[in-house]
Amino acid sequence: MAHSQPQLDTSPHVSDEIRKTTCYMCACRCGINVHMKDGKVAYIEGNRDHPVNKGVLCAKGSAGIMQVNAPSRLKSPLKRVGPRGSGEFVEISWDEAISTAVGWLNELHETAPHKLAFFTGRDQSQSFTSFWAQNFGTPNYAAHGGFCSVNMAAAGIYTMGGAFWEFGQPDWDHTKLFMMFGVAEDHDSNPIKAGLGKIKARGAKVIGVNPIRSGYNAIADEWVGITPGTDGLFILSLIHVLMKAGKIDLDYLSRYTNAPVLVNAAEGPEQGLFLRDADGKPLVIDRKTGDLTAFDKPGVRPDLSATYEKDGITHRPVFHQMADRYLSDDYAPEAVAERCGIPAQRIRAIGAEIARVAFDEAIELDLEWTDFRGEVHKKMTGRPVSFHAMRGISAHANGFQTCRALHVLQILLGTVEVPGGFRFKPPYPKPAEAHPAPHCNGRPGQPLDGPHLGFVQGPEHLALKDDGSPARIDKAFTWENPMSSHGLMHMVISNAYAGDPYRINTLFMYMANMSWNSSMNTTGVMEMLSARNDDGGYVIPHIIYSDAYNSEMVSYADLILPDTTYLERHDCISLLDRPICEADAAADAIRWPVIEPDRDVRGFQSVLVELANRMQLPGFTHADGSPKWKDYADYIVNHERKPGIGPLAGFRGADGDKVGRGEVNPEQLDKYIENGGFFVEHIPTEASYYKPWNTAYQDWAVGMGIFDSPQPYLFQLYVEPMRKFQLAAEGHGDRQPPDHLRPQIKHTMDPLPIWYETDQQGNEGYTINALTQRPMAMYHSWGGQNAWLRQLHGRNPLYAPTKLMRDNGLQDGDWAKVSSPHGEITVPVMEMAALNDNTVWTWNAIGKRKGTWALDEDAPEATKGFLLNHLIHELLPPKGDGMRWSNSDPITGQAAWFDLKVKLEKAAAPDDLEQSKPDIPPLKSPIDSGPNELKWKVGK
Amino acid sequence: MTELPLATTRKMGLVIDLDTCVGCHACVISCKGWNTENYGAPLSDQDPYGGDPSGTFLNRVHSFEVQPPACDSQPAPAAQLVHFPKSCLHCEDAPCVTVCPTGASYKRVEDGIVLVNESDCIGCGLCAWSCPYGARELDLAAGVMKKCTLCVDRIYNDNLPEEDRIPSCVRTCPSGARHFGDLGDPESDVSKLVAEREGFDLMPEMGTKPVNKYLPPRPKDQIEDQIDILAPLLAPVAEQGDGFLGWLDKALDKLPGGAN
Amino acid sequence: MHPAPSVILFTTLSGFGFGLLFFLGLGLPDVSGGVAFVFFAIAYALAVGGLLASTFHLGHPERAMKAFSQWKTSWLSREGCCAVAALLVMGLYAIGPVFLNTVWPVIGLIGAGLSLATVFTTSMIYTQLKTIPRWNIPLTPALFLGYALAGGALLAGQETLATALLIIAGAIQLAYWAKGDQAFAASGTSLGTATGLGDRGTVRAFEPPHTGTNYLLREFVHVVGRKHSQKLRIIGFALGFALPLLLLVLPFDGLVLKHIMALVAVLSHLAGVACTRWLFFAEAEHVVGLYYGKR
Ligand SMILES: Nc1nc2c(c(=O)[nH]1)N[C@H]1C(S)=C(S)[C@@H](COP(=O)(O)OP(=O)(O)OC[C@H]3O[C@@H](n4cnc5c(=O)[nH]c(N)nc54)[C@H](O)[C@@H]3O)O[C@H]1N2
Ligand SMILES: Nc1nc2c(c(=O)[nH]1)N[C@H]1C(S)=C(S)[C@@H](COP(=O)(O)OP(=O)(O)OC[C@H]3O[C@@H](n4cnc5c(=O)[nH]c(N)nc54)[C@H](O)[C@@H]3O)O[C@H]1N2
Ligand code: SF4
Ligand code: SF4
Ligand code: SF4
Ligand code: SF4
Ligand code: SF4
Ligand SMILES: [Mo]
Repeated sequence: MAHSQPQLDTSPHVSDEIRKTTCYMCACRCGINVHMKDGKVAYIEGNRDHPVNKGVLCAKGSAGIMQVNAPSRLKSPLKRVGPRGSGEFVEISWDEAISTAVGWLNELHETAPHKLAFFTGRDQSQSFTSFWAQNFGTPNYAAHGGFCSVNMAAAGIYTMGGAFWEFGQPDWDHTKLFMMFGVAEDHDSNPIKAGLGKIKARGAKVIGVNPIRSGYNAIADEWVGITPGTDGLFILSLIHVLMKAGKIDLDYLSRYTNAPVLVNAAEGPEQGLFLRDADGKPLVIDRKTGDLTAFDKPGVRPDLSATYEKDGITHRPVFHQMADRYLSDDYAPEAVAERCGIPAQRIRAIGAEIARVAFDEAIELDLEWTDFRGEVHKKMTGRPVSFHAMRGISAHANGFQTCRALHVLQILLGTVEVPGGFRFKPPYPKPAEAHPAPHCNGRPGQPLDGPHLGFVQGPEHLALKDDGSPARIDKAFTWENPMSSHGLMHMVISNAYAGDPYRINTLFMYMANMSWNSSMNTTGVMEMLSARNDDGGYVIPHIIYSDAYNSEMVSYADLILPDTTYLERHDCISLLDRPICEADAAADAIRWPVIEPDRDVRGFQSVLVELANRMQLPGFTHADGSPKWKDYADYIVNHERKPGIGPLAGFRGADGDKVGRGEVNPEQLDKYIENGGFFVEHIPTEASYYKPWNTAYQDWAVGMGIFDSPQPYLFQLYVEPMRKFQLAAEGHGDRQPPDHLRPQIKHTMDPLPIWYETDQQGNEGYTINALTQRPMAMYHSWGGQNAWLRQLHGRNPLYAPTKLMRDNGLQDGDWAKVSSPHGEITVPVMEMAALNDNTVWTWNAIGKRKGTWALDEDAPEATKGFLLNHLIHELLPPKGDGMRWSNSDPITGQAAWFDLKVKLEKAAAPDDLEQSKPDIPPLKSPIDSGPNELKWKVGK
Repeated sequence: MTELPLATTRKMGLVIDLDTCVGCHACVISCKGWNTENYGAPLSDQDPYGGDPSGTFLNRVHSFEVQPPACDSQPAPAAQLVHFPKSCLHCEDAPCVTVCPTGASYKRVEDGIVLVNESDCIGCGLCAWSCPYGARELDLAAGVMKKCTLCVDRIYNDNLPEEDRIPSCVRTCPSGARHFGDLGDPESDVSKLVAEREGFDLMPEMGTKPVNKYLPPRPKDQIEDQIDILAPLLAPVAEQGDGFLGWLDKALDKLPGGAN
Repeated sequence: MHPAPSVILFTTLSGFGFGLLFFLGLGLPDVSGGVAFVFFAIAYALAVGGLLASTFHLGHPERAMKAFSQWKTSWLSREGCCAVAALLVMGLYAIGPVFLNTVWPVIGLIGAGLSLATVFTTSMIYTQLKTIPRWNIPLTPALFLGYALAGGALLAGQETLATALLIIAGAIQLAYWAKGDQAFAASGTSLGTATGLGDRGTVRAFEPPHTGTNYLLREFVHVVGRKHSQKLRIIGFALGFALPLLLLVLPFDGLVLKHIMALVAVLSHLAGVACTRWLFFAEAEHVVGLYYGKR
């Protein structure tokens, strides 16, 4: 009998139609092709034309079908009927929901707008939500950046006018050595994976610095299993060896950085500030003429070495101060090795490899360009060493300075905005001074005096009331954390509960699971949210919340405004906010309803428009009192920030042919949809690198509406605004910090990067570092409701290194008691060898509370899964001074998630180990649970 | 039918690069999505929102730790972690085909793809028993055997654009760790990649002759071994003389237009 | 391997049934009429019952007919064909002693051969699997045949033969355990070869591909504790071989007692076989378990 086989149709029908929109299974914002059959979502794949993902799609993205069909979706507005935290609700109509909200909010708007705290979590419409808050008049608005990665953002912007995060990227096509610090998933998930793939395909080298060798670090050629919190020291040691060996790019430093800028040495209120000319321009010595001159004068060659003598005082350039500091043996590899947990030899080898690639393997591109001093350069020199870092160095109380140190290292090597190095994505580069300063003056019935968030340039910009007390509920921009550019969302509930700095009336939250995985001190937060005054009323009288799913947070709100899922609404990923640009192109995108909701839910942004219209908030209302926009789609198309500039940069103008600037185009959304849901405008080739100083780029950016005029600037190795805070702490100036904060400000606000041990006093006996990482296939708490994804990560063990397993007599499957000064959890453990010897970790946000997410109560997420958050407190252990010291970076207020130190013991009783602890009582679910079997197939 | 073809015209398969796979599970879910909607019965899930969720997947990503032995230059080498995607390897000597009593399992003569004809499958499970790699899973809802189809309903599909006629998992892999092509043609990109990177078979001793190949992780943690070559790069510039600032002055002189 | 009751039941019962049919085909015991009917009925009940049980674990039992088609390559298909052939031939043969009081020895011999062949094909379903080293040894068919013959002889009331066959089958079982315990190591398959990473160092399974379970783990990964399995081996061996042998060799007076003892011997053997058959599956380790850090 010969081989025979059945006939097979190898060209079956794939779909009736492809609808192209933007993924929102995480914040990376990839383009997706949604294949439709019979009007239903049949299959989701990546959009090949999309600038972010170029066709690829992560696990979450592909699992979007299970997200839009999840049984956990909220179905209608809800009004709380049981006590807060019980989960008892009744469904109400949208009319009632909106009236209730307007009833609470309008009074505040008209009498005391600061009594509304409006905070948003995974929000991708911050330019809109902040616009709403600004017009409401409350100073109390921020998104989640403060607990997420503000150290990274702020350090990047203050130092070099742009940050890692998703705002810049390595030059994947040219880099020859890529070094990453503390990255697990980032917001740039797919681009980083694709970039790593490119590097690997070329056989170039990857160095991973991370206490944990998983994910990206698993494929790194070299793994540096650093002791958490010591990256700053390691980086400064690399700076030490490179400076000592002269392996730094002097030409780059002299031309493009403030290394040659002269620092005032005269004692007094100007000490440590830059010498400036009458126009306020920093002064340098021109090496050609020896003259004192403004840094940007055409033809000037700033001297890195020359000093300036005046009145018997020698004013020295920034670079001298750097040499003084970093050549010190305090930073020699041998001096830091033990603290960093990296052998000195290895630090030297890495330093040498960086030097070799940066200088011996430099590349040149034949691209002519003109710098801001008018000098024409025939070529672009590339130093093909690139870096990337994220929360691993950011989410520590020394994170701002550590991120700064890394940027300084990059700049010393001359590898920022050069071929093979790190490149900004529009709207960056953009120096700190080009950003607004924070605003906090709200008056009843009026809009706030300006944008809430920004970049302080000195004490004058702090958000303080006349009596010196914090103007904002989260105490952002105060002496406790002066440069808190993203606010401090993690302090809002705790401060509101404590009435410190004042009491609020309504807490309005959007897309943030604050009673669970996005809070520190989770159990405490639940208590604060449901705490009552003596009169029986709640300490926080009203809580309004918008979620799309039955998350843990839902039960703590009084009014639920159920949102649509990402395939059911309009969204706008705007250049005014966090766009989808690439280093080579400006780009923005939309989401649009590729399916209609089958429930009584509404897109939250449209609900905000409606609330604004009902309250007739200033920016939303025409002079005649009529509303400007009927919903969010209307706003996206018709709102103009400045004449010709709106949320979307593409297809502007009556004919849709204008880019960046142009009149409103009523057909704009259709154009986007036709174009695949996004818009790209490429940067001209001669403008592709050296952007901060490249006239071609600057002109292009002005044309696009990114700037109103060219904004060339110098990289700030030395951050002068920080010195201004130090001066205040030293007693200069009229805004003075309270005495108890003077030492902290003087010490930590050093204008040149330093490293200090993070403050975890009261931690005696708690010596093991405890970390979390994001799993690649899960997005915070959202993934847990997804039938496909939860099979991959249905519970999370605590991974412990071999040594700690042995020391504590632990084996895979055993349970351990893990405690911090703040709390205790009992959880399953698992051994991991490729792990720093003194670090344990777990996947973030897998643990669920019983009764949520439409999961059964015996779901492994709730029985075996757990949150590390129970061990982390938003405040440091009391120091006996009666103060509430926040567990945050003293400069930016960044939540110090990764400073956590714990103790580990084998859990004694093996009998009741069916349940991780704390075992928080179940919530009543306002929605039904899911089916027992899934056989998803929409086609026939 | 369960007789294997003596030879196949082409040997289509996957090449998986263990040096590049970051273990993101994108291929797992993309495969689940495509194959739930397409070839045969949907890949079902039991107790999807309950205490013991499980379902049918055709591709799964394991991870392994490798502890290299100590040696002179590396007395305490760090352990390594390798992500390891695994689906049907479309073996040339596929035992899963020959054991099948019904002829539901077969290997295609034109491209070597091993498939299950679901309307003939009695769900006896024997093919899964015979597969060393765990590449077959019996779908509990449909009662038939499921396995990687190498996306036979994509790779020739005229309804898809040419560039998309590749397996779903390959198209989606963010890091480009998955390659698809004809491993029977020594001139194909995949064959060249296998030759260049010394691709290998899983469990060669099983005699299944897998078509899919794996590319090994590159050597790791070797930077200190090169310290002798690298050390001169870090020779201090200012051991004697007028120190770092003296060096600086001279170095600035050497820059184009730097002399004053 | 997961010791599925349906498969244990199937192999145990059908082994007995075809063992008995083998002896009936040889004309042992030499019975006719009603007694013959009872013997054949028992044999068919066991063989057919076993076969039916085997269909319980099928996803699509209604398509079972398709399973006869691939006899050229598939031992499972061959088993089906053989079983049907054996049952048909022996059915034809049974007409002689039961209704016509005659014997057709040639048909009997053919039927006996087919019955043994059926047992052999069953055993080959397991023996052929390289993926399960414990089964992939020549002792596996010997074990199945030994069991079928000993059980058949016992059921056929062939005391002397049964005694000898029980001793042989018991010996095979002991040899099988001894050899089987080494089989996995001897197969050369390890996590090192499974991943191809073996020459880089010691390989350890870290995170599984999913936190829940799946078909593979349910079907192929069944870990029996060593102590537990030693205990069961002793029980299985005692019930399956030691006790029946004892009952066979001990001189009992009186036909009734003898018959009772024979019945006890048969039941004990049956229980013992079920127990060792449970172990046959439960102790068998599929190489796929390596990928999950389990065997
Ligand atoms: N231990 C520890 N804790 C951490 C971190 C850590 O590293 N370790 N990381 C911190 C960081 S960086 C972050 S950003 C936070 C993240 O924490 P959160 O911002 O709380 O993120 P999610 O858990 O995703 O919660 C977002 C909420 O949005 C809801 N949602 C999802 N889609 C929609 C939608 O379309 N519309 C609406 N209205 N709601 C929707 C979800 O149901 C969920 O309730 O966690 C922080 N918590
Ligand atoms: N799949 C997925 N993607 C996501 C998210 C998600 O939930 N899931 N969340 C998004 C959000 S909100 C954010 S903020 C980003 C965060 O993106 P990442 O910053 O990449 O995410 P984390 O998981 O917090 O990773 C922190 C990493 O830092 C390491 N680390 C901790 N302490 C130290 C240290 O002291 N030094 C060094 N060198 N490393 C250290 C940890 O081991 C871990 O690998 O991811 C975004 N992308
Ligand atoms: S990284 Fe994944 S989840 Fe995030 S937007 Fe892209 S495809 Fe969606
Ligand atoms: S991998 Fe397994 S299922 Fe695939 S052909 Fe080989 S033996 Fe058959
Ligand atoms: S399960 Fe289906 S494909 Fe597999 S051997 Fe049985 S009949 Fe053949
Ligand atoms: S080739 Fe197709 S069926 Fe096979 S693993 Fe990839 S996506 Fe799944
Ligand atoms: S998609 Fe690619 S990188 Fe991700 S697990 Fe699969 S093979 Fe590895
Ligand atoms: Mo975040």
